[in-house]
Amino acid sequence: MNRISTLFNSTQEPILNVYATAGYPNFGDTMLVLNALQEGGVDIIEIGMPYSDPIADGETIQQSNQVSLDQGMSVAHLFDQLKNMRQSISVPVLLMGYINPVLQYGVERFCQKCQEVGVDGLILPDLPLAEYQQSYQTIFEQYGLLNIFLITPQTSDERIKQIDSISEGFIYMVSSASTTGAKTGISSDQEAYFKRIDGMKLKNPRLVGFGISDRESFLKASNGASGAIIGSAFVKLLGNAKNLREEIVGFVKSIKGLK
Amino acid sequence: MIDAGISFHVSEKGYYGDFGGAFIPEMLYPNVEELRLHYLEYMMEPSFQKEFHFLLKDFVGRPTPLFKAERLSAKYNTKIYLKREDLCHTGAHKVNNTIGQILMAKRLGKNKIVAETGAGQHGVATATVCALMGMECIIYMGAIDIERQAPNVARMKMLGATVVAAQSGSKTLKDATNEAMRHWINHPVDTHYIIGSVVGPHPYPDMVAKFQSVISEEIKWQLQEKEGRDYPDYILACVGGGSNAAGAFYHYLDEPRTALIAAEAAGQGVSSGHSAATTFLGKPGVLHGSKSLLMQTEDGQVIEPYSISAGLDYPGIGPLHAHLATSGRAKFFDITDDEALEAALECSMLEGIIPALETAHALAVFGKLGAKPDEVSVVNLSGRGDKDLATYQEKLKLNQ
Repeated sequence: MNRISTLFNSTQEPILNVYATAGYPNFGDTMLVLNALQEGGVDIIEIGMPYSDPIADGETIQQSNQVSLDQGMSVAHLFDQLKNMRQSISVPVLLMGYINPVLQYGVERFCQKCQEVGVDGLILPDLPLAEYQQSYQTIFEQYGLLNIFLITPQTSDERIKQIDSISEGFIYMVSSASTTGAKTGISSDQEAYFKRIDGMKLKNPRLVGFGISDRESFLKASNGASGAIIGSAFVKLLGNAKNLREEIVGFVKSIKGLK
Repeated sequence: MIDAGISFHVSEKGYYGDFGGAFIPEMLYPNVEELRLHYLEYMMEPSFQKEFHFLLKDFVGRPTPLFKAERLSAKYNTKIYLKREDLCHTGAHKVNNTIGQILMAKRLGKNKIVAETGAGQHGVATATVCALMGMECIIYMGAIDIERQAPNVARMKMLGATVVAAQSGSKTLKDATNEAMRHWINHPVDTHYIIGSVVGPHPYPDMVAKFQSVISEEIKWQLQEKEGRDYPDYILACVGGGSNAAGAFYHYLDEPRTALIAAEAAGQGVSSGHSAATTFLGKPGVLHGSKSLLMQTEDGQVIEPYSISAGLDYPGIGPLHAHLATSGRAKFFDITDDEALEAALECSMLEGIIPALETAHALAVFGKLGAKPDEVSVVNLSGRGDKDLATYQEKLKLNQ
């Protein structure tokens, strides 16, 4: 079984997935950030592959992407930074990014590299279901990579069932119609939406993303799902941190309610 | 010239050959899917057609004339006609599409409009139809373009639109498009996105091409009247995203006797590092929801294009045009800033028509085309040059 499904099967606690832009705040910080996240007790790490035109992302993640690219980050450099990742990192690792850099690297070569360095799955928001099934699914599966799909409050029940049927690992439940980092906090409407999806008895667990920034919103989101994803709030911390390792560990512990 | 068996029309899955598709985040899926399921049905409705053609006639001023350019013809020793899209209300072909899309938005039950703009022509055309229909209008425009196209910003504001500066990336058309898409992600229920070119996820490229196809529909009967045949030997248009070219080519895509000629902005030269000539410099890639040719780095990061013309300053090209280019159906010319400026001056002096800088790129092709004396060319004169006067004043030294 893959690391992600093993995690979901073995824990009853809310699962925390944290997104960090690769090569940010400094080009060489990627592994430092990963190790600190794990030390703090994170459950899943999502590494953002920077892109020049991230249309699903708000200002915070856009800026971190641009800074990282300006510092020379690329898909090839990222794989180089991750080549010994599994010597220290035992939690599941996802790569998040946009389809174009993957296409240019070569889809098969990309998947092969992911497997080689120990990446468990991919989140590619601009790779829609139909395109995935037609041209990508076979290759992803050949290299043991899970493809994590998004659903939103506007996604129809029929489509959610379709996504559930080809998903493995978990489904990324976007909390509201927005780009990343646009809103903070979880409203009662959103909680009702989480519960509605929970009531659908899907085979895959869900993690809630977008609008999660602190322990309160993390717990609210986890109430109707298996856990939640923090992105922009963490990237902001990375951008402002004076002592990177210490502040990352402290942040993760505060979300998880650990001392 | 045309291989039997190659289609230049969109497939059911939204592809032109290898190009097209709908690479969009799930947040946009419901809106784009709703459009995909209904756009053809709505467009075909007699009530839609009636309203569309009524507005094109009485509001836009169609049909636009097909004008025989005698002095240009004499200069290049061939027969040149100008399709006068510059005479459309708002000064360019862009309004053909915004009229169609605002009617589409009404049928989709949307009451707010978002759009991107580069030079400001599409923004003005969108703000215009929003004023006409009483809809709320938000236009994203690159911060740099806002500075270099001040008169169009003022026009949009006077028409009641909110103009928002796109501050990300290169602060030009590509980034304005990103911001418009982000706005749509954040407002999925009440808002329709009026894309200004034959780009974006399927069905946008096909829908926009169909609304613009009124251009070649008119050329057919106008040419029949003037030349006794309904097809030219060459049809010429400039291509940024490619909406005016798509409209001018549309009814000739499968006409083997008509050569399709596209002019791309080479900026300071294709190899100068300051260019927007996508078919010369691009590779297959995904941007703004479709797979097409794209100017990009080896790592797949989008390269900032350059052209003197804000309307051609785009790193991609519509998927139809990528297919026309790679299949050889259309011939692409790279035209530099200087060649375009010279052509703009020539058209002004010889024909009394000041063309838009974008259009001037198409006119510049005559110096390279080698059309014969009895051959007939139609140039899509996509827009008028008023918006470019500041550039013309500076570059053509008109103040001296």
